[in-house]
Amino acid sequence: MSRPELVAPPEIYYGDTEATKYTNNTRIQQIQADMTYRALELLNMPPDEPALLLDIGCGSGLSGEILSEEGYEWVGLDVAPSMLEVALEREVEGDLFLQDIGQGLGFRPGSFDGAISISVIQWLLNAETSHPTSSPPHRLTRFFTTLHSALRNPSRAVLQFYPTSDDQIQLITSIAQKAGFGGGIVVDYPNSKKARKVFLCLFVGGGGGGQQQV
Amino acid sequence: MVRLITHNLLACHAKGCTQNNFPLQFKDVSIELKEQEVNSEFVKNFLPRLEWKALVNTARQLGDTSLPEELPDMVDDDFLKALHHVLFEIHVEEGAMVCPNCGHSYPISNGIPNMLLSEHEIG
Ligand SMILES: [Zn+2]
Repeated sequence: MSRPELVAPPEIYYGDTEATKYTNNTRIQQIQADMTYRALELLNMPPDEPALLLDIGCGSGLSGEILSEEGYEWVGLDVAPSMLEVALEREVEGDLFLQDIGQGLGFRPGSFDGAISISVIQWLLNAETSHPTSSPPHRLTRFFTTLHSALRNPSRAVLQFYPTSDDQIQLITSIAQKAGFGGGIVVDYPNSKKARKVFLCLFVGGGGGGQQQV
Repeated sequence: MVRLITHNLLACHAKGCTQNNFPLQFKDVSIELKEQEVNSEFVKNFLPRLEWKALVNTARQLGDTSLPEELPDMVDDDFLKALHHVLFEIHVEEGAMVCPNCGHSYPISNGIPNMLLSEHEIG
Protein backbone atom coordinates (compact mmCIF):
# COMPACT_ATOMS: atom_id res chain seq x y z
CA MET A 1 0.00 0.00 0.00
CA SER A 2 1.32 3.45 -0.90
CA ARG A 3 1.71 6.06 1.78
CA PRO A 4 -1.27 8.45 1.53
CA GLU A 5 0.91 11.56 1.12
CA LEU A 6 2.38 10.03 -2.05
CA VAL A 7 -1.03 9.39 -3.60
CA ALA A 8 -2.65 12.84 -3.57
CA PRO A 9 -2.72 16.10 -1.55
CA PRO A 10 -4.52 15.65 1.81
CA GLU A 11 -7.66 17.59 0.92
CA ILE A 12 -8.14 15.25 -2.03
CA TYR A 13 -6.94 12.04 -0.43
CA TYR A 14 -9.21 12.53 2.56
CA GLY A 15 -12.45 12.86 0.60
CA ASP A 16 -15.73 11.89 2.25
CA THR A 17 -15.11 8.16 2.06
CA GLU A 18 -11.55 8.20 3.34
CA ALA A 19 -12.41 10.69 6.09
CA THR A 20 -15.16 8.47 7.47
CA LYS A 21 -13.12 5.31 7.03
CA TYR A 22 -10.16 6.89 8.78
CA THR A 23 -12.21 8.13 11.70
CA ASN A 24 -14.11 4.88 12.25
CA ASN A 25 -11.10 2.59 12.02
CA THR A 26 -10.51 1.44 15.60
CA ARG A 27 -6.87 0.56 14.99
CA ILE A 28 -6.17 4.04 13.63
CA GLN A 29 -8.12 5.53 16.53
CA GLN A 30 -5.98 3.64 19.03
CA ILE A 31 -2.70 4.61 17.37
CA GLN A 32 -3.83 8.26 17.13
CA ALA A 33 -4.83 8.25 20.78
CA ASP A 34 -1.53 6.70 21.90
CA MET A 35 0.46 9.24 19.91
CA THR A 36 -1.64 12.13 21.23
CA TYR A 37 -0.99 11.07 24.83
CA ARG A 38 2.71 10.68 24.06
CA ALA A 39 2.78 14.11 22.40
CA LEU A 40 1.13 15.61 25.49
CA GLU A 41 3.72 13.92 27.68
CA LEU A 42 6.52 15.44 25.60
CA LEU A 43 4.74 18.80 25.60
CA ASN A 44 5.26 18.73 29.35
CA MET A 45 2.67 21.36 30.21
CA PRO A 46 2.71 22.79 33.74
CA PRO A 47 0.23 20.67 35.72
CA ASP A 48 -3.21 22.04 36.63
CA GLU A 49 -2.84 25.23 34.66
CA PRO A 50 -5.47 26.13 32.08
CA ALA A 51 -4.03 26.40 28.59
CA LEU A 52 -4.92 26.99 24.97
CA LEU A 53 -3.35 24.52 22.54
CA LEU A 54 -3.10 24.41 18.78
CA ASP A 55 -3.85 21.09 17.04
CA ILE A 56 -2.11 21.22 13.67
CA GLY A 57 -3.86 18.97 11.18
CA CYS A 58 -6.66 18.18 13.63
CA GLY A 59 -8.49 16.01 11.10
CA SER A 60 -11.77 14.69 12.41
CA GLY A 61 -10.93 15.67 15.98
CA LEU A 62 -9.56 12.37 17.34
CA SER A 63 -6.68 14.14 19.08
CA GLY A 64 -8.81 17.17 19.94
CA GLU A 65 -11.21 15.02 21.94
CA ILE A 66 -8.28 13.91 24.06
CA LEU A 67 -7.16 17.52 24.52
CA SER A 68 -10.67 18.38 25.75
CA GLU A 69 -10.70 15.40 28.11
CA GLU A 70 -7.38 16.56 29.52
CA GLY A 71 -8.94 19.96 30.23
CA TYR A 72 -7.37 22.01 27.46
CA GLU A 73 -9.02 24.53 25.22
CA TRP A 74 -7.88 24.07 21.63
CA VAL A 75 -7.99 25.37 18.10
CA GLY A 76 -7.72 22.88 15.25
CA LEU A 77 -6.45 23.44 11.71
CA ASP A 78 -6.94 21.12 8.76
CA VAL A 79 -6.82 21.38 4.99
CA ALA A 80 -9.32 18.59 4.32
CA PRO A 81 -12.95 19.83 4.43
CA SER A 82 -14.31 16.27 4.70
CA MET A 83 -12.25 15.67 7.82
CA LEU A 84 -13.52 18.90 9.39
CA GLU A 85 -17.07 17.92 8.53
CA VAL A 86 -16.63 14.67 10.43
CA ALA A 87 -15.23 16.72 13.33
CA LEU A 88 -18.38 18.88 13.26
CA GLU A 89 -20.59 15.81 13.30
CA ARG A 90 -18.67 14.54 16.31
CA GLU A 91 -19.33 17.89 18.02
CA VAL A 92 -15.76 18.45 19.10
CA GLU A 93 -15.15 21.35 21.49
CA GLY A 94 -12.37 23.20 19.69
CA ASP A 95 -12.66 25.89 17.03
CA LEU A 96 -11.95 24.48 13.57
CA PHE A 97 -10.23 26.18 10.68
CA LEU A 98 -9.88 25.18 7.06
CA GLN A 99 -6.23 26.00 6.58
CA ASP A 100 -3.23 24.91 4.55
CA ILE A 101 -0.39 25.08 7.07
CA GLY A 102 2.10 25.32 4.19
CA GLN A 103 0.66 28.79 3.47
CA GLY A 104 1.55 29.92 6.99
CA LEU A 105 -0.61 30.59 10.06
CA GLY A 106 -2.32 33.87 10.85
CA PHE A 107 -2.25 34.09 14.63
CA ARG A 108 -1.05 37.02 16.73
CA PRO A 109 2.31 36.53 18.46
CA GLY A 110 2.16 34.48 21.66
CA SER A 111 -1.37 33.19 21.10
CA PHE A 112 -0.90 29.56 22.16
CA ASP A 113 0.54 27.79 25.20
CA GLY A 114 1.66 24.87 23.08
CA ALA A 115 0.99 22.92 19.91
CA ILE A 116 0.66 19.29 18.90
CA SER A 117 0.47 17.66 15.51
CA ILE A 118 -0.20 13.99 14.83
CA SER A 119 0.80 12.40 11.51
CA VAL A 120 0.63 15.60 9.48
CA ILE A 121 3.83 17.39 8.57
CA GLN A 122 5.07 14.68 6.18
CA TRP A 123 2.41 16.11 3.86
CA LEU A 124 4.50 19.29 3.61
CA LEU A 125 7.30 17.31 1.97
CA ASN A 126 5.42 16.96 -1.30
CA ALA A 127 5.28 19.82 -3.79
CA GLU A 128 1.62 20.69 -4.38
CA THR A 129 2.12 22.47 -7.70
CA SER A 130 5.05 23.56 -9.83
CA HIS A 131 4.71 27.13 -8.53
CA PRO A 132 7.97 28.16 -6.76
CA THR A 133 6.16 29.12 -3.53
CA SER A 134 4.85 25.54 -3.36
CA SER A 135 8.26 23.89 -2.97
CA PRO A 136 8.59 21.89 0.27
CA PRO A 137 11.28 24.20 1.75
CA HIS A 138 9.08 27.25 1.11
CA ARG A 139 6.07 25.59 2.66
CA LEU A 140 8.04 24.31 5.66
CA THR A 141 9.64 27.72 6.21
CA ARG A 142 6.29 29.56 6.19
CA PHE A 143 4.80 26.96 8.52
CA PHE A 144 7.60 26.92 11.11
CA THR A 145 8.15 30.70 11.08
CA THR A 146 4.49 31.50 11.68
CA LEU A 147 4.12 28.66 14.21
CA HIS A 148 7.08 29.97 16.18
CA SER A 149 5.52 33.40 16.34
CA ALA A 150 2.08 32.04 17.31
CA LEU A 151 3.51 30.29 20.38
CA ARG A 152 4.25 31.86 23.75
CA ASN A 153 7.74 32.16 25.08
CA PRO A 154 8.55 29.76 26.66
CA SER A 155 6.51 26.89 25.25
CA ARG A 156 6.76 23.74 23.15
CA ALA A 157 5.38 22.19 20.00
CA VAL A 158 5.42 18.40 19.57
CA LEU A 159 4.89 17.13 16.05
CA GLN A 160 4.71 13.41 15.35
CA PHE A 161 5.30 12.59 11.70
CA TYR A 162 6.27 9.81 9.30
CA PRO A 163 9.53 10.59 7.53
CA THR A 164 10.60 8.29 4.71
CA SER A 165 14.30 9.07 5.10
CA ASP A 166 16.88 10.66 7.37
CA ASP A 167 17.24 13.41 4.78
CA GLN A 168 13.64 14.38 5.39
CA ILE A 169 14.25 14.54 9.15
CA GLN A 170 17.33 16.66 8.48
CA LEU A 171 15.43 19.04 6.17
CA ILE A 172 12.57 19.50 8.63
CA THR A 173 14.74 20.04 11.70
CA SER A 174 17.07 22.48 9.95
CA ILE A 175 14.17 24.62 8.74
CA ALA A 176 12.57 24.53 12.20
CA GLN A 177 15.86 25.68 13.72
CA LYS A 178 16.17 28.50 11.20
CA ALA A 179 12.67 29.60 12.23
CA GLY A 180 14.00 30.04 15.77
CA PHE A 181 13.07 26.76 17.45
CA GLY A 182 15.32 24.78 19.77
CA GLY A 183 14.78 21.12 20.57
CA GLY A 184 15.11 18.07 18.37
CA ILE A 185 13.92 14.63 17.44
CA VAL A 186 12.66 11.95 19.84
CA VAL A 187 12.30 8.43 18.38
CA ASP A 188 10.15 5.88 20.20
CA TYR A 189 10.73 2.17 19.49
CA PRO A 190 13.63 2.98 17.11
CA ASN A 191 14.31 -0.67 16.36
CA SER A 192 10.78 -1.69 15.46
CA LYS A 193 9.83 -1.07 11.87
CA LYS A 194 6.14 -1.14 12.74
CA ALA A 195 6.03 0.68 16.07
CA ARG A 196 8.74 3.26 15.36
CA LYS A 197 7.45 6.78 15.99
CA VAL A 198 9.25 10.03 15.30
CA PHE A 199 8.41 13.14 17.32
CA LEU A 200 9.81 16.55 16.50
CA CYS A 201 9.97 18.33 19.87
CA LEU A 202 10.39 22.05 19.38
CA PHE A 203 11.14 24.63 22.05
CA VAL A 204 10.36 28.31 22.00
CA GLY A 205 12.76 29.99 24.42
CA GLY A 206 13.77 27.44 27.05
CA GLY A 207 10.78 25.27 26.23
CA GLY A 208 9.09 25.94 29.58
CA GLY A 209 7.15 22.99 30.88
CA GLY A 210 6.23 21.55 34.24
CA GLN A 211 9.50 19.77 34.93
CA GLN A 212 12.86 19.28 33.32
CA GLN A 213 12.98 16.33 30.98
CA VAL A 214 13.33 15.19 27.35
CA MET B 1 -17.83 27.71 15.37
CA VAL B 2 -15.71 30.81 15.54
CA ARG B 3 -15.62 31.97 19.13
CA LEU B 4 -14.45 35.45 20.03
CA ILE B 5 -11.51 34.06 21.98
CA THR B 6 -10.13 32.67 18.73
CA HIS B 7 -11.19 35.67 16.66
CA ASN B 8 -9.18 37.84 19.05
CA LEU B 9 -6.04 35.91 18.12
CA LEU B 10 -6.54 35.99 14.36
CA ALA B 11 -4.81 38.36 12.00
CA CYS B 12 -4.73 38.38 8.21
CA HIS B 13 -1.88 36.27 6.84
CA ALA B 14 -2.05 37.26 3.18
CA LYS B 15 1.24 38.18 1.51
CA GLY B 16 2.61 41.56 2.60
CA CYS B 17 -0.31 42.19 4.94
CA THR B 18 1.54 42.92 8.16
CA GLN B 19 0.04 46.17 9.40
CA ASN B 20 -3.49 47.11 10.37
CA ASN B 21 -4.39 43.46 9.64
CA PHE B 22 -6.19 42.97 12.98
CA PRO B 23 -8.93 42.49 14.03
CA LEU B 24 -10.67 40.88 11.08
CA GLN B 25 -14.10 42.50 10.63
CA PHE B 26 -17.14 40.24 10.83
CA LYS B 27 -19.55 40.68 7.92
CA ASP B 28 -23.08 39.35 7.37
CA VAL B 29 -22.77 36.97 10.29
CA SER B 30 -25.28 34.68 11.86
CA ILE B 31 -24.53 33.74 15.44
CA GLU B 32 -25.62 31.07 17.84
CA LEU B 33 -25.39 31.27 21.60
CA LYS B 34 -24.25 28.06 23.26
CA GLU B 35 -23.76 27.60 26.95
CA GLN B 36 -20.42 26.41 28.16
CA GLU B 37 -19.27 25.73 31.69
CA VAL B 38 -17.48 28.72 33.21
CA ASN B 39 -13.75 28.24 33.68
CA SER B 40 -12.76 31.33 35.69
CA GLU B 41 -9.21 30.11 36.04
CA PHE B 42 -8.75 29.97 32.28
CA VAL B 43 -10.38 33.33 31.67
CA LYS B 44 -8.27 35.03 34.36
CA ASN B 45 -5.15 33.43 32.97
CA PHE B 46 -5.96 34.43 29.42
CA LEU B 47 -6.75 38.08 30.21
CA PRO B 48 -3.24 39.45 29.49
CA ARG B 49 -3.26 37.82 26.07
CA LEU B 50 -6.41 39.58 24.87
CA GLU B 51 -6.46 42.69 22.72
CA TRP B 52 -9.09 44.32 24.88
CA LYS B 53 -10.28 47.10 22.58
CA ALA B 54 -10.70 44.71 19.68
CA LEU B 55 -12.64 42.27 21.85
CA VAL B 56 -15.00 44.94 23.22
CA ASN B 57 -15.66 46.42 19.79
CA THR B 58 -16.24 43.04 18.18
CA ALA B 59 -18.61 41.98 20.96
CA ARG B 60 -20.55 45.23 20.55
CA GLN B 61 -20.80 44.73 16.80
CA LEU B 62 -22.34 41.36 17.52
CA GLY B 63 -24.82 42.94 19.95
CA ASP B 64 -23.16 42.18 23.28
CA THR B 65 -22.50 45.33 25.32
CA SER B 66 -21.63 43.67 28.63
CA LEU B 67 -17.90 44.44 28.58
CA PRO B 68 -16.50 47.76 29.87
CA GLU B 69 -14.56 49.99 27.47
CA GLU B 70 -11.47 49.79 29.66
CA LEU B 71 -10.13 46.65 31.28
CA PRO B 72 -11.02 47.05 34.99
CA ASP B 73 -8.26 46.94 37.61
CA MET B 74 -10.34 44.74 39.86
CA VAL B 75 -11.52 41.49 38.34
CA ASP B 76 -14.64 40.20 40.09
CA ASP B 77 -16.91 37.22 39.44
CA ASP B 78 -19.52 39.19 37.50
CA PHE B 79 -16.87 40.53 35.18
CA LEU B 80 -15.37 37.07 34.64
CA LYS B 81 -18.81 35.68 33.87
CA ALA B 82 -19.50 38.37 31.27
CA LEU B 83 -16.07 37.84 29.77
CA HIS B 84 -16.56 34.08 29.70
CA HIS B 85 -19.82 34.58 27.83
CA VAL B 86 -18.20 36.84 25.24
CA LEU B 87 -15.16 34.61 24.73
CA PHE B 88 -16.82 31.19 24.63
CA GLU B 89 -20.59 31.36 24.21
CA ILE B 90 -21.04 33.58 21.15
CA HIS B 91 -20.50 31.34 18.13
CA VAL B 92 -20.29 32.81 14.67
CA GLU B 93 -21.66 30.17 12.32
CA GLU B 94 -21.99 31.92 8.94
CA GLY B 95 -20.68 35.06 7.30
CA ALA B 96 -17.17 36.29 6.65
CA MET B 97 -14.15 37.95 8.26
CA VAL B 98 -12.68 40.80 6.23
CA CYS B 99 -9.14 42.12 6.63
CA PRO B 100 -9.21 45.87 7.44
CA ASN B 101 -5.97 46.35 5.49
CA CYS B 102 -5.99 44.29 2.28
CA GLY B 103 -9.69 43.50 2.13
CA HIS B 104 -9.25 39.74 1.86
CA SER B 105 -12.48 38.06 2.88
CA TYR B 106 -12.30 34.80 4.83
CA PRO B 107 -15.70 33.13 4.42
CA ILE B 108 -17.25 31.27 7.36
CA SER B 109 -19.48 28.37 6.50
CA ASN B 110 -20.97 25.90 8.94
CA GLY B 111 -18.89 27.54 11.66
CA ILE B 112 -15.62 26.88 9.86
CA PRO B 113 -13.61 29.81 8.49
CA ASN B 114 -11.86 29.19 5.21
CA MET B 115 -8.34 30.58 5.69
CA LEU B 116 -7.00 29.35 2.35
CA LEU B 117 -5.14 31.92 0.25
CA SER B 118 -4.87 31.97 -3.51
CA GLU B 119 -1.44 31.54 -5.12
CA HIS B 120 -0.66 35.28 -5.43
CA GLU B 121 -1.55 35.92 -1.77
CA ILE B 122 0.95 33.41 -0.36
CA GLY B 123 3.95 35.10 1.28
ZN1 LIG C 1 -4.92 41.39 4.89
